[in-house]
Amino acid sequence: MTSRARLFRFARLLCALALLCAAAPFGRAAAQDAGAPDISAPLAQLTTNKYDDTEAALGALALSGSPAAAGIVTALAEGKLVFGGTPPRLFIQGEAGALLDPLTLQPVAEAPAVKPVRVNNRVRRAIDAANGALSLVSPDAGKRREAALAVGRSRDEAALPALEAALAKESDPKVKSAMNLARASILIGKEGITPAERIAAVELVGAEGNQDALAILRSVPDSAAPEVKQAAADAIAGIERNLALWGMAQNVWYGLSLGSVLLLAAIGLAITFGVMGVINMAHGEMVMLGAYTTFVVQEVIRTSYPGLFDVSLLIAIPLAFVFTGLIGVLIERTVIRFLYGRALETLLATWGISLILQQAIRTIFGPTNREVGAPSWMSGSFEIGQLAITSGRLWIIVFSLLVFFALLATLRLTRIGLEMRAVTQNRRMAASMGIRTNWVDAMTFGLGSGIAGMAGVALSQIDNVSPNLGQSYIIDSFLVVVFGGVGNLWGTLVGAMTLGVANKLLEPYAGAVLGKIALLVIVILFIQKRPRGLFALKGRSIEA
Amino acid sequence: MTDTATLEPLAEAAPAAKKELTEALLYLDAVTVTFDGFRALNALSFTVDPGEMRAVIGPNGAGKTTMMDVITGKTRPDRGDVFFNGGTTDLTKLDETQIATLGIGRKFQKPTVFESHTVLDNLRLALKGQRRALPNIFRRESAAERERIDEIFETIRLTEHRDRLGGALSHGQKQWLEIGMLLAQDPKLLLVDEPVAGMTDAETAQTAELLRAINANGHSVVVVEHDMTFVRDLGVRVMCLHEGSVLAEGTLDQVSANERVIEVYLGR
Amino acid sequence: MNTKGLAMTRPPALLGTSGIVFLIVLAVVAVLVPVLNLAVTPDSAVHVPTYVVSLLGKYLTYALLALSVDLIWGYVGILSLGQGAFFALGGYAMGMYLMRQIGTRGVYGDPVLPDFMVFLNWKELPWFWYGFDMFPFAALMVLLAPGLLALVFGWFAFRSRVTGVYLSIITQAMTFALLLAFFRNDMGFGGNNGLTDFKDILGFNIQADGTRLVLFVLSAVALGLGYVLCRFLVRSHFGKVLVAIRDAETRVRFTGYRAENYKLVAFVVSAMLAGIAGALYVPQVGIINPSEFSPANSIEIIVWVAVGGRGTLVGAALGAVLVNYAKTYFTSGILAPYWLFMLGGLFVAVTLFLPKGIVGTYYDWREKRRPHDDIPGAPIAAPGPAE
Repeated sequence: MTSRARLFRFARLLCALALLCAAAPFGRAAAQDAGAPDISAPLAQLTTNKYDDTEAALGALALSGSPAAAGIVTALAEGKLVFGGTPPRLFIQGEAGALLDPLTLQPVAEAPAVKPVRVNNRVRRAIDAANGALSLVSPDAGKRREAALAVGRSRDEAALPALEAALAKESDPKVKSAMNLARASILIGKEGITPAERIAAVELVGAEGNQDALAILRSVPDSAAPEVKQAAADAIAGIERNLALWGMAQNVWYGLSLGSVLLLAAIGLAITFGVMGVINMAHGEMVMLGAYTTFVVQEVIRTSYPGLFDVSLLIAIPLAFVFTGLIGVLIERTVIRFLYGRALETLLATWGISLILQQAIRTIFGPTNREVGAPSWMSGSFEIGQLAITSGRLWIIVFSLLVFFALLATLRLTRIGLEMRAVTQNRRMAASMGIRTNWVDAMTFGLGSGIAGMAGVALSQIDNVSPNLGQSYIIDSFLVVVFGGVGNLWGTLVGAMTLGVANKLLEPYAGAVLGKIALLVIVILFIQKRPRGLFALKGRSIEA
Repeated sequence: MTDTATLEPLAEAAPAAKKELTEALLYLDAVTVTFDGFRALNALSFTVDPGEMRAVIGPNGAGKTTMMDVITGKTRPDRGDVFFNGGTTDLTKLDETQIATLGIGRKFQKPTVFESHTVLDNLRLALKGQRRALPNIFRRESAAERERIDEIFETIRLTEHRDRLGGALSHGQKQWLEIGMLLAQDPKLLLVDEPVAGMTDAETAQTAELLRAINANGHSVVVVEHDMTFVRDLGVRVMCLHEGSVLAEGTLDQVSANERVIEVYLGR
Repeated sequence: MNTKGLAMTRPPALLGTSGIVFLIVLAVVAVLVPVLNLAVTPDSAVHVPTYVVSLLGKYLTYALLALSVDLIWGYVGILSLGQGAFFALGGYAMGMYLMRQIGTRGVYGDPVLPDFMVFLNWKELPWFWYGFDMFPFAALMVLLAPGLLALVFGWFAFRSRVTGVYLSIITQAMTFALLLAFFRNDMGFGGNNGLTDFKDILGFNIQADGTRLVLFVLSAVALGLGYVLCRFLVRSHFGKVLVAIRDAETRVRFTGYRAENYKLVAFVVSAMLAGIAGALYVPQVGIINPSEFSPANSIEIIVWVAVGGRGTLVGAALGAVLVNYAKTYFTSGILAPYWLFMLGGLFVAVTLFLPKGIVGTYYDWREKRRPHDDIPGAPIAAPGPAE
């Protein structure tokens, strides 16, 4: 809040300065000239070396719009603004004590004896204020806009003249609207303006539609005319509806983000469990191995090829796919193939494998979290309306959909996909048609595991990379697959997104943990209602 | 346990249909079942009288198993009526257990016995009697029950196998055990799905004899079977299903002389 | 698969040979351990120190827990991955009684509120803590809390015919939900730390050697009674229906039995047995916390049963003791980092090489040698009929 306090101070001083400026002959009119504004008067004032004069000069400089003003104010703050000679002239002390002309910044030919312009606390505050006002007329549009927003938030009437001065010259529409908003924010609470003006201000602020606008509108004085109050109330109601919608949209976004994580975690399982019917409790560990693959890739890059860091994830994705895919094939060949048709036994054996994998990673990498960095293109965030979107999350959603459709295409369009579907539908028929069912089993399981590994690369960006990483996903993943309908990839997609969004929409009402519990209970009830999930295949006598 | 839904008198039904309904043990009318667009049963209608034995034939996919599923409550029909006991009971509103308790027993296509129970225990479990969970914790076998089981053993000729495990029986023996279990349930109507599949000729003949004996004891029987020799051995009224509805009905000779039946079986 | 010729007809015996051997061994242990603890001087080689008594007592409660799993997994084919939840609920009911017994001896000395509530600035005892100062009420809750949860959960699950792995997954979700709930401080069960620092039980100091011996003997008695109860249930007509459900549920329905009711009764009984096990476990280890709800714990119970032999009852108890002895042995020595490798390997090895477990394999071997002995409890027929 220190910045806010500083702005407040700045605004009050602006007020005093503005009054002085108005009295001075070189005031606003000079500032509005095209070309370089004349700032000789404030410069002269600075050479008197009196605090009052310095303060007044700062105010004038702040509103002058001169490109040299900022440099002069900075020099004063740093104690490098000096004066000397007769009549006294002002210089900026440059490198190695050379005296520079404050306007041109060129060294002066003859250097008189100089001493710095004195600064006390009052002047220092004036410097801060001048810096703020200079920002309003800064050549950088971004800075101008920021300054305007700051003034709008501070809502000090004293800043109004400076603001209006800046507004009159402003040409950038974005900055202009920010300044208009700031002006309206101030006007709403200002004494002695007409109701029509106030209503105009209310509407302007109301159109902004965010939390700040809400706070401003709530401050319409009780003394205001009834029609003003009505306008404010309407605007408030409008904003609140709007904000509620945005809040909902934000939660849906969070939900989609969570859903994409669930999708990534569950999609491999949709293959091994949904298509093959193998209960792979070590699925979460495949995700974990993928995350550790990312860690290893980044370590190698850090030590040997630091320039490649930004593409570390792109390198890790295929490596994780191949590595966890091979582990999956190994597990299938050594354990699971002996257990086909015995789902509960498979569940136990793969749970055992998950313990072994966890402990192996714990032995190699230690039990603590490992640091996996985010490449620059995954950090940062942007806003759409009132919606805050982080790039990392957006990429994960994109990635999860890419993986999903790639998998769908693999199953639909490729030879191996065709063979996989053939084997799962009728193993003996497939075998008699020359499909090597053993090989297809191993490949299918490898594919599911490899996808889990790729998921691990993405999840390493948002979760702690520790040996327990997989455990936190396994129950959710199973629920997603069962909820969506076993054997149906689209069901997994819809299931993941539904559960993700439902979870985030429940959270504001129930809190994170209770929301999660409520969701578990809902899914449990749902499975009991529709034991075969959202997209169930209907058919004759499935058993017996 | 038997909270059977009682039927309101069918006021709108024509007198003839009403008579048919009230006299039939089993009454199916315009029953339609659809799976994902495929019509397994298409307005299937027929009746089974008390004490009647009926054979059902038909090519694969004709809807024979689905018909049994509908009667035993495993599948709910999309449309149509299924009534039992002279129209007093609407079977579409009941589940498998309630229907079994009403007196409809079913033998599956694939022999299904309790494999890790002895043959004797299989019959004990099937024997008509207490079905509720808690009383069965303290249940003891009565002398009458023991006698009844001995009788069934005689009928299905498995007396010397009574202490073997169900799973250890041969295929044919399992079929008989399953029929014996149906008998132990003492149902009014037995639905028997392909009882002689995989049996030797001698076994097939014995099975026909067994079913005739069961029918002679007053049980109504509906047999689904592909084996024409067996159907001939049974010597009963035959119904041919095709694409979910009745194609022809009558004696075996009449049905096999029917042109449409020949067309269906031999292709066009 | 295990269909080894003809067996002689015998009236169904309540206890088979293995059952009698089991009960005798249990009785001997229940007598011998206290004697070796009390009557033998500590420097003697055969002296059993008190901590070992409590350790053995813990094993016995685990054995009872395994028995409860075997009743539903071995005989009904319900693989519950949430059995730990029932165990923990029984444990919490006992823990709440023990918390109320602390009285003013807590750190904050509040006569009514347990320490953690004072710490959370609670002013009143939550309603669900009422009555737990009375032992009979707490004892009733040990049965009712898991029993009711099983009743409600099972009623929904069995009625809608959720079976096989689907059931396993939702039981796991159930215990996971409870784990999350009990971790919360405002649930009123001590949050993360659970319930601990117990002082006495029924007026006896819970740390005293005598109390520990009594708890040990009680655990042995509970295990013995639990075994006889399970054995009685599975030998009854009711139990035969259970096995029939495991092997061919559809057939059972078409035979006129309401399979869901049978499953529900077995599930509730099993949950109550697990609750009793939990209630005996808590005073012997001195703590109950939410980690007992963790899905991993529940799965570990399954491996005890699998090692000992599913569907044999005796095997379940044996497996629980063996695996937990191994766990104690390995996790306390230099091999500690390798315990999870061993446990994981055990899961894999048992399912691949010893699918019937120790006792089941022994039964097979005995059947082969002496085909005319009594029929084993309920052999598992073809693999995976329950799915």
